[in-house]
Amino acid sequence: MDILKDIAASLMAGDDKKIVEEVNQAIEMKMPTTEILDDGLIAGMNVVGEKFRKDEMYIPEVLLSARAMAAAVEVLKPLLIAEDVPSRGKVVLGSIQGDLHDIGKNLVAIMLEGAGFEVVDLGIDVPAEKFIETALEEDASVVGVSSLLTTTMPKMKDVVDLVEERGLSGKIKVLVGGAPLTEEFAQSIGADGYAYDAANAVEKVRTLVGRA
Amino acid sequence: MRPTIRFLDDQLITRIIDEARDLLRTLGVTIHNQEVLSLLGDHGAEIDLSTEHTRLTDEIIDAALKTAPSSFQLFDVMGNQTHDFSGDNVYFTPGSAAVNVMDSATGDARRPTTADYIRYAKLVGGLKHIAAQSTAFIPADVAESLQDSYRLFLSLLFCEKPVITGAFTKNFDIIRDLQQIVRGSAEELKEKPLTMISVCPTAPFKWTEAASQNLLDCARNSVPVEYISMPLSGFMAPVTVVGSLIQHTAETLSGIVISQTVNPGTPVVYGGAPAIFDMRFETTPMGAVETMMIDCGYVEIGKFLNLPTQTYTAMSDAKLLDAQAGLETGMGAALGALAGANSISGPGILDFINTLSLEKLVVDNEICGMTFRLLEGIQPREDFPSQPLFEEFLRDKHLIIADHTRKHLRDEIAFPGPTIDRANRARWQERGAVTIGQIASSEVERLVLEAEPTRLDKGKQAQLVERMERAALSAGMDALPQRDA
Ligand code: B12
Repeated sequence: MDILKDIAASLMAGDDKKIVEEVNQAIEMKMPTTEILDDGLIAGMNVVGEKFRKDEMYIPEVLLSARAMAAAVEVLKPLLIAEDVPSRGKVVLGSIQGDLHDIGKNLVAIMLEGAGFEVVDLGIDVPAEKFIETALEEDASVVGVSSLLTTTMPKMKDVVDLVEERGLSGKIKVLVGGAPLTEEFAQSIGADGYAYDAANAVEKVRTLVGRA
Repeated sequence: MRPTIRFLDDQLITRIIDEARDLLRTLGVTIHNQEVLSLLGDHGAEIDLSTEHTRLTDEIIDAALKTAPSSFQLFDVMGNQTHDFSGDNVYFTPGSAAVNVMDSATGDARRPTTADYIRYAKLVGGLKHIAAQSTAFIPADVAESLQDSYRLFLSLLFCEKPVITGAFTKNFDIIRDLQQIVRGSAEELKEKPLTMISVCPTAPFKWTEAASQNLLDCARNSVPVEYISMPLSGFMAPVTVVGSLIQHTAETLSGIVISQTVNPGTPVVYGGAPAIFDMRFETTPMGAVETMMIDCGYVEIGKFLNLPTQTYTAMSDAKLLDAQAGLETGMGAALGALAGANSISGPGILDFINTLSLEKLVVDNEICGMTFRLLEGIQPREDFPSQPLFEEFLRDKHLIIADHTRKHLRDEIAFPGPTIDRANRARWQERGAVTIGQIASSEVERLVLEAEPTRLDKGKQAQLVERMERAALSAGMDALPQRDA
């Protein structure tokens, strides 16, 4: 359908005005909501992600696309709720207790939202319990934890341990990130995943929620 | 004449400062510290304790700039003066707080231990062009809550040079106590500063609870502070150099106001660690030429305000001791020094301040040496009249043993250490065709081995150990790691 192609194109161009018109148009045409979401918006965002990986698009352009995505999803939201379309995935994000660095985490949040995920951002200095409580309240399947200090990194293990203690393994997945981390560290604390940057985080969340 | 470099004329500097002051008056600063806010309020700033926000007035800014000293000195562990932060004097210090150390044997970056830190401290003691230690990385074999003070503890025990350091939390007690032990008393420490503490605002225009508490504690103890504002151009700051400078100026001025209001006359340094944001890789390159331009720009602004300056330029984002490492560190060192930054941080650092390499530190020591030679500039010695010297040249066919040569050789030519290869190819091959990394590695071994033990009074050493052990105990550790490395 051409309108879906138009939507994808507006998304790639980061045009948050045109995309709203087009999504409204698609709704008027009685196009199924999931089709608008999957074949229009998410399809467009996948191309954006691909171009970003190949250095054909830079972060600012990706973020413009993310903003267009958010605007379009806002229009679709009442329908998604009414039709009980399951969320594409919800992620609880935060910087671990004691850590005030949030620039990288914020970038991850924007990119995840751009890729169609819902993000609950808990901010900085977040205790382990808060991550888990929020994930349960919000019915989120992924918890993303950021740490930039070698002194706060060990605290990330508390999040993983809590998931296990509460018998939530498999239900809540823990994804970790931050400059001093490595894949090995993530494995050593038993995290479900590690991502080295925001684009990589999107891929990892996709895998974790089974939407690869 | 001393060579200098300038990027800003006085008119542009004035515009930037005026703009920054305007931001402090209109948008203001958030300071998560009620005590600091109340103090500022007492001095006429408009404060809101519920939002922890203040708008500064011209009066309070002017008063702070008036009491901030234009110079101060640092003294080593033995109490001897090593630094005079004034005018265009330049001193180098290793980059600080790296996450990893480069393993000499494997060449891989890994978490550091106490043994690595001791090697580092001993090495710095032997590097001629590095005037101060920095707490360059965090030994991972002690409790997290101790990691900031423990590295200072090791520095004070294993090297006599003064220390550029910082706190990781709002707790400053151990860091203060260790310094007072070395000096003997709080008064002695005020008299002869031993460290300089880095304190960072959060962009835009915010001082966290920990940072503002650090400023408060340092001011009360007259411990010098370097403000480390970090505009990340294009992401956490305007993308333009001038826009980033405006943000940096506003944040730094607000820091000066806090310190000077708490304790007028407390030594402060106009510093920073800005970087551009590389949109392609989501990174903050310290070796980018634009990063260095922002650095030089704010150093000029600090000088215009008649304050000592610091910058984070002599380092690289390369992952190995390679050509990029040399290029970025060399360029940064030269530019920072030409701009006249009093304290230049960076030597030894790779990978966006995440890794410290002892081998690179040895190479960078040579970069610093060359930079000092550069700063001496071109000076007429016995060059006029030149006729007698050229007559001698014509007669003897060379000048290699001329009096003039022997007299001025060492003033004019600074011969670098063995890591800088100036042998011809045949000799280089005869010596095993070694790389700079290999030579640096054996230099590290040699210098660590040759390091003299500290001359710090044994009684004070024991007190340092006692204080650190007490801290370790309350952090839940049975004992401190072995220090016989
Ligand atoms: C900017 C910065 C600051 C700013 C932070 C502002 C803010 N709002 O966040 C300020 C100035 C406030 C600051 C303060 C401090 N900092 Co700081 N800071 C940095 C710096 C230069 C850049 C970090 C950054 O933003 N990078 C850009 C972003 C985009 O990259 P990123 O954070 O790595 O995030 C990416 C990935 O890691 C990943 N990612 C990140 N989070 C997550 C989470 C998930 C779930 C996933 C999947 C992925 C992911 O994706 C992101 C996007 O690509 C680093 C050095 C460095 N190069 O990392 C030091 C650094 C981290 N800081 C350091 C230090 C020491 C401090 C202070 C203690 C200094 C002091 N004495 O006050 C305080 C700490 C306060 C505290 N308790 O947290 C040290 C840490 C040393 C150590 N061994 O742990 C570093 C390494 C610098 C250094 N060598 O000195 N800092």
